[in-house]
Amino acid sequence: MGMNLQQVVFGILSIISLITALGVVFSKSPVTSVLCLILTFFTIAGHYVMLNAQFLAVVHIIVYAGAIMVLFLFVIMLMNLNAEGEPQKRNWLKYAGAISGGALLVVLLAALREASLPSLTPASNDIGLIANLGQTLFKTYVVPFEVSSILFLSAMVGAVVIGKKEH
Amino acid sequence: MQTLTNRAKPVDRRPMNFLEKMYLPAIGKGMVITFKHIFQKKPTVSYPEEKREFSPVFRGLHILNRDKEGRENCTACGLCAVACPAEAITMEAAERKPGEEHLYREEKYAARYEINMLRCIFCGFCEEACPKDAIYLSETFAPAHYKREGFIYGKQDLLIPLPGEQKNA
Amino acid sequence: MQVDWFFILEKVLLITGVLIISLVVAMYSTWGERKVAGIMQDRLGPNRAGPLGLLQPLADGGKLFFKEEIIPGASNRFLFILGPSLAMTVACMTSAVIPWGDTLTIAGHTVSLQVADVNIGILYIFGVVSLGVYGIMLGGWSSNNKFSLLSSIRAASQIISYELAMGMALIALLMVTGSLSLKDIVEQQRQSGVWNVFVQPLGFIIFLICSFAETNRSPFDLAEAENELNGGYHLEYSSMKLGFFLFAEYINMFISSALMSTLYFGGYHIWGLDSLHVSPNIVTILGTLVLFIKTICFIFFFMWVRWTIPRFRYDQLMRLGWNYLIPIALLNMLITGGWILWHQH
Repeated sequence: MGMNLQQVVFGILSIISLITALGVVFSKSPVTSVLCLILTFFTIAGHYVMLNAQFLAVVHIIVYAGAIMVLFLFVIMLMNLNAEGEPQKRNWLKYAGAISGGALLVVLLAALREASLPSLTPASNDIGLIANLGQTLFKTYVVPFEVSSILFLSAMVGAVVIGKKEH
Repeated sequence: MQTLTNRAKPVDRRPMNFLEKMYLPAIGKGMVITFKHIFQKKPTVSYPEEKREFSPVFRGLHILNRDKEGRENCTACGLCAVACPAEAITMEAAERKPGEEHLYREEKYAARYEINMLRCIFCGFCEEACPKDAIYLSETFAPAHYKREGFIYGKQDLLIPLPGEQKNA
Repeated sequence: MQVDWFFILEKVLLITGVLIISLVVAMYSTWGERKVAGIMQDRLGPNRAGPLGLLQPLADGGKLFFKEEIIPGASNRFLFILGPSLAMTVACMTSAVIPWGDTLTIAGHTVSLQVADVNIGILYIFGVVSLGVYGIMLGGWSSNNKFSLLSSIRAASQIISYELAMGMALIALLMVTGSLSLKDIVEQQRQSGVWNVFVQPLGFIIFLICSFAETNRSPFDLAEAENELNGGYHLEYSSMKLGFFLFAEYINMFISSALMSTLYFGGYHIWGLDSLHVSPNIVTILGTLVLFIKTICFIFFFMWVRWTIPRFRYDQLMRLGWNYLIPIALLNMLITGGWILWHQH
């Protein structure tokens, strides 16, 4: 028996997302990094679609690829960062980065080793559709949802305060 | 200060009211104006198919005139060249030989007569200065040309053709 | 797995058809734009290539194809080419979820005149529109030119700013319709006979203004302001890459016109069409025609505005977006919510 279509698509998407994610880290030019990150987001959105979570996929693209990454690109273009202008990082910074990253990896591995992956039941397949998601968010999790919106509100107020300070 | 005309209009500097601040009524007004223009008569003249009438006093390319017997009127007196404010006219005179009476009306004629159409301002002073009715401004203009030399019109370009003779043939 | 060849053929044909129609409409929008500009300025507009100048778009396209292609030496070559391609691709992608008509019945098969009836149609459009800015940004930045860079920054901030108000205008519409599928929205308008523009007039005006901004059309064409930025992001472009940028603008205009007709003006619905005593297929085709007429009216409106209103200043643009449109859109949402609550009780 061969792989079915879904597995093939999943494999291709995963490979692309891994390559582009590595591209984000290894690229010297910040603009290429950002573009790789955008591609990574797209492949992740593809994964969402394969999980039948179309709403999440589209929101992922709108928010991350459409808004946040545009701002990233915006800042990079404004500051005119490019490969030649990349500052030399200090050596101890590299070691610190490697150690903390390694520590994180160990923690993740330890956590995942114990985790068992329950196979998806057909019933949970529709959770990503917008109607079900809305029901879940506004019925079961309405308090956390509203609390998080207050968090956003406070962040917005903070941004306005910082913006107004100069005058 | 005394005004030249009574058309001066004081600038209205009152602060805008709410309706004006919305700009939408003003935008609507502007759009009505542009829409009206759709139905207005278009003044465009589609050139090669239709041509605009020249005015009766239009001064265009020069022609060198002949008399009734087909003889050149010009006697190369040089008055046109003197009158020309742009110094566009040059000529060389020659004496009429016996047997050439059917070609030239006067005893002296212009062997060479050139007008530089790039210099000419089509003022018509040459026409006014000519004592022999030899030069006239016609109702056409100089066609485009690829080289500057092409705008120096010689006698063969300027002389009106004899009846039955093709110009530039 | 049984492959439904008829389904695949149908979709391929539909996609090809929609693409070709978008391209042709965009092509003739360039002609229409010049003609409208002409007659509004008491001129004739293009009238040399073919009768009424109808071959003008072909002549323009041919010219662009045969122009010399110039890539600036200091530019990023890959991104320089990616920019216009992205602009064009993104512009063409939106048409997938617009219902161009009801269903046709051909040889026992029911064919929907919509490429993909996804249950998140509006969000899909939103996502694609938010990607549209990348073409402009990458093109402008990779040109390695100050004007292009300024223009792409302008475009990015403009599109992000107006996306917010546009989204909020749409949310109010969604509160009324209760569906994200464009097909559902059209069917609701068809069944009730009331177009959404009468339910959401304020929302429609906000959406209209924002779609002018999102398509970079005058009076929001600050990104290509020719008198201060020399054409902006496509300053360094020549040949067909320039053509792609220009073309993408017209496709965007076509799609947003179709979208506005679909969301607020009943899509392929017109009063009295359903009560005609003709076969359903003919009703569908007439409905598609109706949608196209509505779309063309909107395209004309886009052009009409362009040749009437001068361009905004940049601070005016930002003030309009953030200080006026977003609060009005929020207010509209509030009113809509109150209205729905009042009707429920």
